[in-house]
Amino acid sequence: MKKILTTGLFLTLAILGLNAQDGYKVGDKADDFKLKNIDGKMVSLSEFDKATKGAILIFTCNHCPYAIAYEDRIIDLDKKFSKKGYPVIAINPNDPEIQPKDSYENMIVRAKEKGFTFPYLFDETQEVYKMYGAKRTPHVYLLSKEGKGFVVSYIGTIDDNYKDASAVEKTYLADAVMAVLDGKKPDPNFTKAIGCTIKDKEYKK
Amino acid sequence: MRLKKNIILFFLLCGMFNVYAQNFPVYEGFESFKPVLENKDNKVYVINFWATWCRPCVKEMPAFNKLYEEYHNKNVEIILVSLDFGKNIQGRISEFKKRHGIKSKIVILDDPDSNSWINLVNNNWSGAIPATLIYNNSKRAFFEQEFEYEDLETELKKFL
Repeated sequence: MKKILTTGLFLTLAILGLNAQDGYKVGDKADDFKLKNIDGKMVSLSEFDKATKGAILIFTCNHCPYAIAYEDRIIDLDKKFSKKGYPVIAINPNDPEIQPKDSYENMIVRAKEKGFTFPYLFDETQEVYKMYGAKRTPHVYLLSKEGKGFVVSYIGTIDDNYKDASAVEKTYLADAVMAVLDGKKPDPNFTKAIGCTIKDKEYKK
Repeated sequence: MRLKKNIILFFLLCGMFNVYAQNFPVYEGFESFKPVLENKDNKVYVINFWATWCRPCVKEMPAFNKLYEEYHNKNVEIILVSLDFGKNIQGRISEFKKRHGIKSKIVILDDPDSNSWINLVNNNWSGAIPATLIYNNSKRAFFEQEFEYEDLETELKKFL
């Protein structure tokens, strides 16, 4: 009997665990995290002082061609919106044992090469990307301050053209930030894009 | 003189690329590609979204090669849909095809506004690659995962 109960409890927890992996939806409260930045210091969402109104959280990495195609645009977004209270916080969720180009050391190199103006954090235990439900790189979560915490205002892609910044017609993310700055709800608040899988040994095979 | 040299060099380079360059069909815009996902004959279609630089896609390529060997004359058609972008896509894919011994059909989907079409492939697709769609004229199944041969064959058999 005890065994059945234990098994039952285990299964329930396993199912809950799986559900938790689905991550956040727009409107959900976003939990705080503390991760190591490329300068060796720890950065948390709640203590990042430029995030006065919110933050543009971007799961991205060094190796993925889609992520690389967006690097300059991410720098521009940070320059434009950090002074308005919505800085970029980039997080590399990949396991460097699977993709060595995404190691912490290579993050430091890449950030220096490109002159990143924002924190570039390493999700070493891969818990933060699972908590948010990120599925690919790049994957954006726009967070807005509400009371003491943050809520998710927009999830998705940066714009409608990964291969050519000059041919972009719809600037989904910038429009979403402008909307929340105006006290409005972003429309659309959810978009998708082709991207690289997050490199995790637990990835479905 | 220098110009002449450059012209000769230009033609030499063209020649070199021609050896490699195969013309894989390019679908510019999802609208023109859509029929590939809507064949209504009696075949089973296995559609794999991939790119030459995508590691998990490269890793599962042998599974698709084996599936081709085992099933291409059993009314199954495999179509590898490359989402490559950047320079010399035809050449890069051609070289990749040779290196990995791919016999399946390869096409290129060039529509960077992916938010507009990901849900049209499947609502559950996050957009990460590789992704695979299996369909026939009565049902379809979608997989956002990296396949091993056994699992891929098991899924295909549900359509045979």
